[in-house]
Amino acid sequence: MSDHHHDHDHGQAPPSDIALRVKALETLLVEKGVVDAAALDAIIETYEHKVGPRNGAKVVARAWTDPAFRTRLLADATAAIAELGFGGRQGEHMVAVENTPAVHNLVVCTLCSCYPWSVLGLPPAWYKAAPYRARSVIEPRAVLAEFDVILASEVEVRVWDSTAEIRYLVIPQRPAGSERLDEAALAALVTRDSMIGTAVLPPVQL
Amino acid sequence: MNGIHDMGGMHGFGPIRPERDPPVFHARWEARVLALTLAVGAWGRSNIDAGRHARELQPPDKYLAWPYYQSWFERLVGQVVEQGLVTETELASGQPETTLNPALPADRVAAVLEAGGPSARPISEAPRFGIGDRVRAQTINPPGHTRLPRYVRGRVGIIERDHGGQVLPDTNAHFRGECPQRLYGVRFTGHELWGEGARDSVHLDLWEGYLEPA
Repeated sequence: MSDHHHDHDHGQAPPSDIALRVKALETLLVEKGVVDAAALDAIIETYEHKVGPRNGAKVVARAWTDPAFRTRLLADATAAIAELGFGGRQGEHMVAVENTPAVHNLVVCTLCSCYPWSVLGLPPAWYKAAPYRARSVIEPRAVLAEFDVILASEVEVRVWDSTAEIRYLVIPQRPAGSERLDEAALAALVTRDSMIGTAVLPPVQL
Repeated sequence: MNGIHDMGGMHGFGPIRPERDPPVFHARWEARVLALTLAVGAWGRSNIDAGRHARELQPPDKYLAWPYYQSWFERLVGQVVEQGLVTETELASGQPETTLNPALPADRVAAVLEAGGPSARPISEAPRFGIGDRVRAQTINPPGHTRLPRYVRGRVGIIERDHGGQVLPDTNAHFRGECPQRLYGVRFTGHELWGEGARDSVHLDLWEGYLEPA
């Protein structure tokens, strides 16, 4: 049976006919004029090349280097992020939560796959899969350990379950050794996972 | 509904399998499904809450087994028929019987994505709760859509934020109106949710009607 050839390890390898079924529906919808083929390409181009975690990294680097921006970001993240030109779909209502030596924030959506597209792009497969959604709220430290994040016991973990249309961006701690880097160099250090809360940025080796 | 989607706190799903630098899409059909979903959505015949609820109604075994974007695709197939965008006959034959003008032409994609779909709504009612108030999440088991997960029902938390008025998914998902209510950020301790020995805290955004004074 063809089922035995499928790799279900990441929940991503499709059955062999799904690509054909998608193509058939797309062809019908384009020929009927329900959708515009060029619009489909433009949407994909947007999320593959324009809207992604580099947006969020710029927000974080600005917060690290501009205390007034950091204050505005923590007070009204939607407006502060809009200053950098980011907003729109799945980023309409933003809240930024800041990691400190005492507090570590972790973002999840237990009910579906809510994620701040405007600053992080589309969510990675693991974020949308059952293990992360089920476990993050009940055993966040075990989840973090699977990302090689081991927190001291005195650090408080705050888990943000995205149950409404508010989208959360974690401001990671600025890495040790980064004091002399400018905003652009700092942005290059910021990873997607650090803005979900599943990574801590390592010290900079100069 | 008490569906398989409401999985916060469940055991048995195994390890997480992080990917350090995954591609945005693992196969091209995934990208096409995302784009088709957004382009069909531009017809405005449904809403985000109804879309989420449709996926919650997928059979639990399939919900867990399907790759993520296949779940979106199966929803899309149902959606285009329900919304009158294609007929069952067209779906079966692959041949359009009539033609339309796309709701989302390519030159409007950037503007539509940048505009998004804000869900904040003005409400005139004074807030029932203030920052720092103790509240209990209601014990409810509605058969329809709700964003009150099972793992907080009946539990006591503290109001931390007032997000203002927001569209209520419980009615909007069923096309019974936006019925905006005030949305609060509520903090629950791990001990309250999971019992003795649990640490840390979980924060959820909950509508006023989900909460009662504690």
